[in-house]
Amino acid sequence: MNKINRKLWKYHGGLHLEEHKSISTGQQSALLPLPKRLTIPMQQHIGEAAHPIVDVGDKVLKGEMIAEASGKVSAPIHAPTSGTIVEIAALPVPHPSELNVLTIVLESDGQDQWCERYPIENYRHASSEQLRERIHDAGIVGLGGAGFPSYIKLNPGQHFAIETLILNGAECEPYITCDDQLMRERPEAILNGARIMRHALHAKRCIIAIEDNKPDAFSALNNALSQSGQNDIELVMVPTLYPTGGERQLIKVLTGKEPPSQGRTLDIGIICHNVATAAAVADAIIDGTPLISRIVTITGEAISTPQNIIAPVGAPIEELLDFAGRESGVNTQLIMGGPMMGVSLSNTNLPIVKTSNCFLLQPAEPTKPESPCIRCGECARVCPAELLPQQLYWHSRAKEFEKVQEYNLFDCIECGCCSWVCPSNIPLVHYYRFAKTEVWAQEREKEGANIARRRHEFRLERQEKVEREKAERMRKKKAMLKDKEGAKDDTAKKAAIQAAMDRAKAKREANQVDSTISASDSQPKSEL
Amino acid sequence: MKSLISSPYTHGSSSLQQVMMQVVFALIPAIGVYFALFGWGILTNIVLSIIFCLGFETIIMWLRRRPIKSALFDGSALVTAILLAITIPPLSPWWIIFIGSLAAIVFAKQLYGGLGFNPFNPAMVGFVVLLISFPKEMTQWLAPIGAEGNGMGLLHSLQIVFGSTGIDALSGATPLDVIKTGIRMGETINTIIAGNPTFGQLSGSGWEWINLAILIGGIWMLWRKTIRWQVPVAMLGSLAAIASLFYLIDPEHYASPLFHLFGGGAFLGAFFIATDPVSGATSTKGRIIFGIGAGLLTYIIRSWGGFPDGIAFSILLMNMAAPMIDYYTQPKVFGQKG
Repeated sequence: MNKINRKLWKYHGGLHLEEHKSISTGQQSALLPLPKRLTIPMQQHIGEAAHPIVDVGDKVLKGEMIAEASGKVSAPIHAPTSGTIVEIAALPVPHPSELNVLTIVLESDGQDQWCERYPIENYRHASSEQLRERIHDAGIVGLGGAGFPSYIKLNPGQHFAIETLILNGAECEPYITCDDQLMRERPEAILNGARIMRHALHAKRCIIAIEDNKPDAFSALNNALSQSGQNDIELVMVPTLYPTGGERQLIKVLTGKEPPSQGRTLDIGIICHNVATAAAVADAIIDGTPLISRIVTITGEAISTPQNIIAPVGAPIEELLDFAGRESGVNTQLIMGGPMMGVSLSNTNLPIVKTSNCFLLQPAEPTKPESPCIRCGECARVCPAELLPQQLYWHSRAKEFEKVQEYNLFDCIECGCCSWVCPSNIPLVHYYRFAKTEVWAQEREKEGANIARRRHEFRLERQEKVEREKAERMRKKKAMLKDKEGAKDDTAKKAAIQAAMDRAKAKREANQVDSTISASDSQPKSEL
Repeated sequence: MKSLISSPYTHGSSSLQQVMMQVVFALIPAIGVYFALFGWGILTNIVLSIIFCLGFETIIMWLRRRPIKSALFDGSALVTAILLAITIPPLSPWWIIFIGSLAAIVFAKQLYGGLGFNPFNPAMVGFVVLLISFPKEMTQWLAPIGAEGNGMGLLHSLQIVFGSTGIDALSGATPLDVIKTGIRMGETINTIIAGNPTFGQLSGSGWEWINLAILIGGIWMLWRKTIRWQVPVAMLGSLAAIASLFYLIDPEHYASPLFHLFGGGAFLGAFFIATDPVSGATSTKGRIIFGIGAGLLTYIIRSWGGFPDGIAFSILLMNMAAPMIDYYTQPKVFGQKG
């Protein structure tokens, strides 16, 4: 009933890829047997790492906060099960750099005993602030892959009126099916999450977008919507095309609008969240459950039974792979995420984190050699950001980083379409990542240099000021001395003048006497 | 294991070799018709050209200390060799092909840095060098079908190619050449065509069949998406448009648009040469401009220039303009259109 024939738009480029999705959607999501040890990294989101608030030896209950957010862009972390903290140390995390990150190691007591939870009875009576605070405290981050703290994306500020809340259920990347499975299995949670988010945002309308290769997910949501008796959410089937699940591409498809380049979707009154994030929000508000587990797709040609597994955060990837069964005797490659945008991991002994949507185990294939670019332009034809990938490649290769930015390097969403079509098999996205990191490094350096320069200038200025003040003081002192001397001179002069005047006066008087005398002397003479 | 550096970890099926081989396949019908019309001469051209081009490619890659095998098997030198061979008159002496290959592979391609770095189409550079340096040899085309050369055996052909026999008695001029000379002598198009067996239904007799075969190959490449429509459509469209204009004004002195399309190397240029991505424009809009420019220049050179056909020169001139065209036709980035 909600399948409205709504006008949809097209974005430039994109690819029709082999989906490989059905291999992992054959069965219900399985619950992973509780691992003995959970290694929980403090950095599972974009922003500042969380700060541990427990010590080694502490006993914690399931759902208890074990690390608090530090700063605005951060998220707290909770114990995925009950047990004892056995270690807090820097350990490797699933990240391409394979750097070590501060990690809390929790040994499960097997009880899986919940802490006290505080659901919000009726979210409709709660204020936006209350809901945001609860979502923040539940440690919810974007589960589509980026891991941006969700409460921030529910706080548009006073200057932005939110027209549309879009829930992204496109899941366009091959192999990944965790959102599909979630939509099939927990449609009510997604709808409730959508309503809560919409309430928090005061959004005028809410759309859930699903690619048309997931008819089961669509009908599950549609049924749940009919059963809820409300018709407040629009379900939209969008054509399957990679990368429609990209936020900007999805917005274009649904609204025909393009979020400004390097701007935010907020600027055009739209907020996008992943469907799994919505379900996590519903859990946090309605049940008071923090984000401590997620659905993970374990799939690939080297997995015996590809499937979706509900696993606690911190569970070793290895246990999930073993649960689904690994094909023996094959040299494999492990990819976190999908084949188009995922990252390759060299170690299976890493934990799953909040953003781990999929692990793909493939037989390792040797890389095809790279040939020269023949400027065929196929990359530009498929680029959903409408960039000129070959120009970007050319300038990235030449390390002309200003030129790369002129060609809008930072509008690249790294979807990989260009590399996929390249007949010369050039790892284009790799070059762009390289260029981006170089530009960032240069900017940091420039920033550092700027700070140093400012510091230097400030120092010079200060020195100058000191000198100036010193000179001023000297001048004043000199002037004062001079003044004093001058004053002395003055009195002497005055005294001299006075003396001279006195002398003159005396002389005059004397003269007068003289003249009087002489006059008296002469007068008779004249009268003579 | 880190076999792949970063995502994507999957790749489409297309490869450089595949693209190049599609171009070669698309030329097969034309080569077949050539063979039927001119006999062994075209095959000796092609074989010699392939030997010389791949030889030069190998030598230069070796001198540059670059991987030889991948350069030889990417198919680019093969495409250049075949394109060059079919622009040279059949039964040309071996040294003509040697010099053409040298100019194409060594000077136009490798000295600029090899595949992907050449600003000019190598085959066209090879052709133009020959045309300017050896105008006599380069305009000695065999008269096709019905002429005596048609039945010439392989052995006889080889004797001619390697210089033990002359072919003067068998040679003729191309249709465009005949028209140009005729117009210069003050004749009208109709009298030129009426009095010369070189001409057939659409253009030159025999030539029209070769061009039809090239057109079929071109359309096949469009269908396979080996090439995109912009360049051929814009180039042939602009050539036909300007030819129609002058034909309507003065049909006595300007050949018909159909003759311009089927008479010379228009199809070969539009589908096989101007679509060379390395030396052409890459943006969609840019490719249309590139094609229009090449079409108009071709007509100008054919009608008022010193050479009978202008395809090679017009494409080389547009090659020069390609970087500038690309610079000014950049598409607007997503989110910057408002």
